[in-house]
Amino acid sequence: MSAPRQISRLLYRRSLISGSRRSTPTPMFKSPSLSVRHGSHLPPRSNQFTQPTKEHLDALKAISSSTLSTLDGSATEEELRSFNDDWMNKYHGKGSIVVKPKTTEEVSEVMKYCYDNGIAVVPQGGNTGLVGGSNPVHDEIILNLSNLNQIRSFDEVSGVLVADGGVILETADHFLAEKGFIFPLDLGAKGSCHIGGNVSTNAGGLRLLRYGSLHGSVLGLEVVLPDGRIWNGLSKLRKDNTGFDIKQLFIGSEGTIGIITAISILCPRRPSAMNVAVFSLESYEAVQKVFAEAKGHLGEILSAFEFFDKQSYALVKKHQEENGGERKVFETEGDFYCLIETGGSNAEHDEAKLTGLLEHLMENEMVLDGVLAQDSTQFQSLWSLRELVPESAGKAGSVYKYDVSVPVGKMYGLVEKMRAKLREGGVLEGDGKSEGPIRAVAGYGHMGDGNLHINIVANKYTDEIEKIVEPYIYEIVAENEGSISAEHGLGVMKAPYIGYSKNETSIELMKQIKQLFDPKGLLNPYKYIV
Amino acid sequence: MRPTLPRLVNILVPVKRSIDYAVKIRVASDGKGVDTNVKHSMNPFDEIAVEEAIRLREKKSTKVDNITAISIGPAKAVDTIRTALAMGADSGIHITTPENAVVEPIAVANALKKIIDDKKFDLVIMGKQAIDDDSGSTGGMLAGLLGWSQGSFASKLEVEDGGKVHVTREIDGGLENIEAKLPMIVTTDLRLNEPRYASLPNIMKAKKKKIETFKPEDLGLDFTPRFETISVSEPPKRQGGGKVESVDELVSKMKEAGVI
Repeated sequence: MSAPRQISRLLYRRSLISGSRRSTPTPMFKSPSLSVRHGSHLPPRSNQFTQPTKEHLDALKAISSSTLSTLDGSATEEELRSFNDDWMNKYHGKGSIVVKPKTTEEVSEVMKYCYDNGIAVVPQGGNTGLVGGSNPVHDEIILNLSNLNQIRSFDEVSGVLVADGGVILETADHFLAEKGFIFPLDLGAKGSCHIGGNVSTNAGGLRLLRYGSLHGSVLGLEVVLPDGRIWNGLSKLRKDNTGFDIKQLFIGSEGTIGIITAISILCPRRPSAMNVAVFSLESYEAVQKVFAEAKGHLGEILSAFEFFDKQSYALVKKHQEENGGERKVFETEGDFYCLIETGGSNAEHDEAKLTGLLEHLMENEMVLDGVLAQDSTQFQSLWSLRELVPESAGKAGSVYKYDVSVPVGKMYGLVEKMRAKLREGGVLEGDGKSEGPIRAVAGYGHMGDGNLHINIVANKYTDEIEKIVEPYIYEIVAENEGSISAEHGLGVMKAPYIGYSKNETSIELMKQIKQLFDPKGLLNPYKYIV
Repeated sequence: MRPTLPRLVNILVPVKRSIDYAVKIRVASDGKGVDTNVKHSMNPFDEIAVEEAIRLREKKSTKVDNITAISIGPAKAVDTIRTALAMGADSGIHITTPENAVVEPIAVANALKKIIDDKKFDLVIMGKQAIDDDSGSTGGMLAGLLGWSQGSFASKLEVEDGGKVHVTREIDGGLENIEAKLPMIVTTDLRLNEPRYASLPNIMKAKKKKIETFKPEDLGLDFTPRFETISVSEPPKRQGGGKVESVDELVSKMKEAGVI
């Protein structure tokens, strides 16, 4: 490629709107409001844990040299903030020590020392979680895995990638892209989140519809147990029916029974032809119809089906306007929007299928309007309409984020019920009756997975709003036999509400498992199951 | 001076099918070109040209009669013409070439001249360059062959009813405003506009729009290249950086490197 070409590309790039897929939410951005979420249900500090001291710090420093602490002045409180706060700036820990081991052995020794001394530990990846699971509640030691960031091996025949837990998702995906493969998981925080964190929280994201959950694609794990033992379960086998499948317990355990230091994962071939179309629609019923048609027409090439409502789109438009990147997309706007992505290995074949679908939708007036990306630039900017919703909500105010899964047909009913409840409580702005502190209630999500995100944008986090919203939202989810946490996990935010989605026997078994792995309860305490 | 009559303007927009700008370019195994077995899209500058033609019509101050998109390239260049039609162009012309044939700027300019002579256009809006070969010379050559005025690197374009054209050009360190009369060639720069998305109704309509197809020999054209590509090479690989643990280490490294 000639230098001028690079320059012209650069120039071209500069003119693009800010929100490309690659730059969506990173922990860099904080909620504008500095108000602390009151979090009345945050559990008090447990006296069974040893308070970390200078002596402990020295011992940890001897194990792992890149340790930061306010106890010996090697870091200021300010410098530890990015480890203590979650990225929504909603939960604030008071940890005084951050350990950043460079090898699995160091992780093991750190855990052994903490276990022997009764010190509580919170494992931390990219700290992009949304339920306060990856930062301390009190003074737990922060075990950050960002230095454990090597790709160990990749087999181009089987597509099995083995990599450290601290590898950033986007780094792993770029590595795979070079070889013509794709990481079977994609989400907005890809530029910051770690693959180890993704596995330990069983992240869902944008490619789940096509590639399934991590419970299927993860083949093996290397885990440091709470007492410091290293469990080597880094299998590369797709089939292995010898005894309990222990790795499954760690997937989605949110760092409560072990620290994932490496993963082995099956990666599919990267689709060579990708297309994306976005539609405006009249009603949620229309979205469902289009979803059914899309599955019928597109079959195996359908790789994502996302939806968002007009409130979400309004937030994105406002955000783009403020950043000078607004651009008219639809001639006719609607109450709902949906995005369809296809990925296949033959552009002509995909296009024929997609055109068939588009013609069908237009002829039968199932959509109001729509656009189809003509090149990679448009591909990114159309995706950003959906991907910018969380960030745009964050820019508009303090956001109460809920992530639930319910049967597809009942999904949007939850958003409507939530609005009605807030209006009843007199806090919803713009209904004529009240000038409440809530600016918008936006619903969007992964239609293909029955996963709905409800974002309630408020002026600030208050007890009043929280009391109206919780546990009401969990009650209506339970009524619809849904899950109160589809992909965000429980963390500290939803731990008290697990009963809405799991029965007593399940919870009892979970407690026994926790007890088995972590009898002292040192790992990621106050969260998950309490 | 004679009073100028309101006139209908016919616009020709040449569009090139080039490697998508987001694709990472790789040198082909023979070292004389790049790997073309990758995603192709309309050259971004040409997309801007199509958009500008459509905006001229929408502004209504200019009476646009017809917008024709033309592409010279292999069979798949039809997709690029369809994209222009889906954006809002009225008809297309496709001059076919064999797959992977190199068509040099002078050949393109000659072909465009032939089409313009035959079909009578008043305004040609085209990309200032294609992002694949970066020649940036077709616009100028065409203006020379036709003896027309040209406004290159346009960041603003206005066409008055009487055929007077105002072009703001992006030049080094500033802007230049020029004025000329139709017929004219305008080449587009990045800031001229932001192209629209192709909407579904328009994509459907585009399927029914007419595309005329010619072979070069039908038009008496000869696309034999005059140049031979000796070699194509990648820029030197970037050397990986290192991490330092402290400011002191950074300072000592910088001293070592002799930068402070």
